[in-house]
Amino acid sequence: MQKAEKMQALREFAAEIRVETLKTIGSLGFGHVGGSMSIVEAMAVLYGDVMKVDPKNPRWEDRDWCVLSKGHAGPCAYATLALKGFYPLEETRTLNKPSTNFPSHTDRTKTPGVDLTTGSLGQGMSTATGAALGNKIDGRDNHVYVFVGDGECDEGQVWEAAQFAAHYKLDNLTCFVDNNKNQLDGAVDSVMSHGKGIGAKFDAFGWNVIDVADGNDVEQIYDAVHEALTVKGVPTCIVLNTIKGKGATFAEPSAAHSSQPSPEQWEEAIAAAEAELAAVKAAK
Amino acid sequence: MSFTLIGKHEKDKRSCRDGYVQAMLELMEADKSVVHVDCDLMGCINTKKLLAAYPDRTINAGIAEANAMGVAAGLTATGKKVWMHSFGCFSSRRAFDQAFMSAAYAKLGVKILGSDPGVCAAYNGGTHMPFEDCALYLSVPDAIVIDPVDYAQVYALTKKLTAVDGRISYMRMIRKGFTTIYADGSDFEIGKGVTLKESADDQATVIASGIMVDEALKAYEALEAEGIQIRVIDMFTWKPIDEELIVKAAKETGAIVTAENHNCTCGLGSAVARVLAEQCPAPVEMVGVHDQFGQVGAQNFLQEAYKLTAEEIIANVKKVIARK
Ligand SMILES: Cc1ncc(C[n+]2csc(CCOP(=O)(O)OP(=O)(O)O)c2C)c(N)n1
Repeated sequence: MQKAEKMQALREFAAEIRVETLKTIGSLGFGHVGGSMSIVEAMAVLYGDVMKVDPKNPRWEDRDWCVLSKGHAGPCAYATLALKGFYPLEETRTLNKPSTNFPSHTDRTKTPGVDLTTGSLGQGMSTATGAALGNKIDGRDNHVYVFVGDGECDEGQVWEAAQFAAHYKLDNLTCFVDNNKNQLDGAVDSVMSHGKGIGAKFDAFGWNVIDVADGNDVEQIYDAVHEALTVKGVPTCIVLNTIKGKGATFAEPSAAHSSQPSPEQWEEAIAAAEAELAAVKAAK
Repeated sequence: MSFTLIGKHEKDKRSCRDGYVQAMLELMEADKSVVHVDCDLMGCINTKKLLAAYPDRTINAGIAEANAMGVAAGLTATGKKVWMHSFGCFSSRRAFDQAFMSAAYAKLGVKILGSDPGVCAAYNGGTHMPFEDCALYLSVPDAIVIDPVDYAQVYALTKKLTAVDGRISYMRMIRKGFTTIYADGSDFEIGKGVTLKESADDQATVIASGIMVDEALKAYEALEAEGIQIRVIDMFTWKPIDEELIVKAAKETGAIVTAENHNCTCGLGSAVARVLAEQCPAPVEMVGVHDQFGQVGAQNFLQEAYKLTAEEIIANVKKVIARK
């Protein structure tokens, strides 16, 4: 496939994930929309092109791993994995309902395709690091991707894991920082600022750092991921400069962390995302 | 202690967090040494009101609970009276070593607030649903552990705990809706249970706290209609627990049922059972979470799923009476 064609397919996949993530959260009426929307394009690139996974065998030993350390973005993973064929889309509509396999935060014991359990911020960064080490010890040719939030980077544990991953030269680990500039109580810069920047911190910890100017652009993400795969001897951090709530009409303007919009606002948001999907397809 | 029982099973328009914030606004105004430390969860308990009124003494530590606990201990060492807040799961598990050593062991009396206790974590699910937060703090020597129920109780106890020096305290706090048990202005004493229902004919005693107090009152009414009188105690202080009141209830009613929104193998049930085993053996039944993890769902679904209901209390009262 030509690159242009591939990018077109990834843009379509991203637009589909956005629609289905909104419908998944919308089936309950409220939830963590902001942080689910900002990583849509990165998830599209990973599951649409980069990662080796087998929907029929989610625990395939040679698979690539994906860990949402910012576990509250679960709905985006649920939509992505459904579109990838891990389970029927309808199942995601049980989100947070009694006895569901799709809880707010990603859970490896419940959802096929979810590699590690997260929810307490910071912990997925360590468990992903452990998985990368384990795969390395076993000599596997696979890769572990982990997403952390920019707010999540407040946690000391993120940096303990960063120090560990660099020390053990885990070049099979790539960390995406969802740099959407907002956490729960507001702007990251006002709640807890990151000195010279999160990328500079990873750099100081001995990581290879790639800054993606538009973290909601599939081509820029694609290029960064492929560049990361060529770097040996150190883990790579990809800082995605994203927009919190991207594409959700009720959440993007305020960068809301969690949202409970009216039924009309849900309809409007889903319609807008569907129109965007149609426009992307028409651009072919 | 002077309280007025309302207990009509009605939801309050306010939330418990309003009780905390109101008490803190008054405390911070009156006393320049009172400080609130939060962990990127101000939006969840409305402490942005404290930030607006007292910006230099309302500190957002970001999503870094262990550090926040240490900072709270350090602030306390400079003579401040410090509250540290996160969700119950994180203000216990995530910051426990710091709470234990930097605060408790060092005799720096940090006041710890854990919101969304047990099933109140509802839609945040099992990762956020602490049935063990109190267990951790019960294990700390000399700590105070509180599971309050409503606005009036949270308001009163926020003030009482702020005045305690040299020992740590952990208070849970229902964040959103709650059922009113007490009238505003009710006063409570740390370490003293509240007897809400009592008669000479009591056949058993229900010892409850937090969201289970309302369930216990519902059970009382249903049992009374069947001709069974029970005593109901709100044991909001789990530590130091009111041993005298427990022993008195055991002597006078001969049987005990405990009810808690927590793992009863290491919570209120086990604390009550210890007192009884040592001082006045009596049959005990425990309503609570029996060594299970949390899960996601609406609070009423979860209360059914874990049997944190009046029906379960009623069944256990009958069971315990039969064991007398
Ligand atoms: C240890 C821990 N503390 C607090 C929380 C509550 N919490 C959930 S999401 C969130 C804000 C996260 O901000 P960020 O990492 O920037 O995520 P994003 O903006 O990408 O959604 C907070 C405080 C948590 N889940 N875990």
